[in-house]
Amino acid sequence: MHLAYPAVLSALLFCTGLYGVLARRNAILVLMSVELMLNAVNLNLVAFDVWLSKAAQETLHSGQALTLFTIAIAAAEIGIGLAIVLAVHRNRGTADIDKLRDTAEGHEHDGPSSDGSDSDAPATSATGTAAEKAEATA
Amino acid sequence: MTLAAAAGLSHTQGFLSPTGVEIAFLLVGLVTFGAAVVTVTTRQLVHAALWLVVALGGLAVEYLLLTAEFIAWVQVLIYVGSVVVLLLFGLMLTKAPIGRSPDADSGNRWAALAVAVASAAALVWVVVDAFRTTWIDLDGRAAGSTEVTGEALFQNWVLPFEALSVLLLAALVGAIVLSRKAKATPTSAASADATPTGPTPGNGTTTRTPTGAATPSRGTSDGPSPAPGGRSSASDGRSSASNGQPSPQEGAR
Repeated sequence: MHLAYPAVLSALLFCTGLYGVLARRNAILVLMSVELMLNAVNLNLVAFDVWLSKAAQETLHSGQALTLFTIAIAAAEIGIGLAIVLAVHRNRGTADIDKLRDTAEGHEHDGPSSDGSDSDAPATSATGTAAEKAEATA
Repeated sequence: MTLAAAAGLSHTQGFLSPTGVEIAFLLVGLVTFGAAVVTVTTRQLVHAALWLVVALGGLAVEYLLLTAEFIAWVQVLIYVGSVVVLLLFGLMLTKAPIGRSPDADSGNRWAALAVAVASAAALVWVVVDAFRTTWIDLDGRAAGSTEVTGEALFQNWVLPFEALSVLLLAALVGAIVLSRKAKATPTSAASADATPTGPTPGNGTTTRTPTGAATPSRGTSDGPSPAPGGRSSASDGRSSASNGQPSPQEGAR
């Protein structure tokens, strides 16, 4: 089998997951897309390990071992991620990641650092400088 | 197959004469990719999880075609068996709407589509250009049977394997803590006040009256909490269950 087949499929699956992460609004759908990206990486690891196990003389089967580790870490990640999403849904009443904008910078009301820095800056760029200051001090 | 492998050693395999394994890989890959696309584009949230099952199962078949049997069964067990069930439970617990939800996609989906298509084009171009002539020899001993994987895992990868068990334990504890911390802090504090005072002192009659006095106060502290937020009915059921549990013990004693 050509190595290009699993590599191309892996690249396509990864970009599908990338689209899902960027375009989805529900947090659980974002987690599903992250799972797709992780599976694309797993397919790459397995394909290259199968190739190297026949092409190289001595191999550690590192691709398949790393695939198993990735699967286990993905299971842990989905558990923690769902716990976080459920906690957010319990506290906010929504799992919509477009509405979770508490740490967003600029163009909305920001924190208590805005009243200290608008003495010299104009009012339009006050929030921007405050955000820059908060970013610099953080 | 042996002719193909013999010819593959000299890197003269063309894409126009695919082997049977390649055709099967291509077909299953098309199904997998289509299911993945439907997963990220459908507007019905539960259907997305079910199409994810198709995509992950197709990947398991791809692992089988790559002779990585153990990874394939682990994929079926872990992903199709548990992760998707966990995602469905998550959808259920966050009260995901059944049927078409109009706001499943964000407003920047066209930018996301542009980014995804651009990265897909770049990745596919680079990968095809790099591995155009590379040939995987699938004959002979299976590269990913349980024996081979077990030998590699327990000879060379023992320490990361054990560290991974610690990580899974940490994830388990973390998920439990994250799941019960937000609502259980007043109840656990009240129950931590209530439970040691019950059995540890010798005289039962004087200490049982504080627990009886603590139970209505816990009920009043839980009483306003569903009112402002309009919480889920499970928290009401849990608080009423935690309120109702000491009272039969009081009645039995």
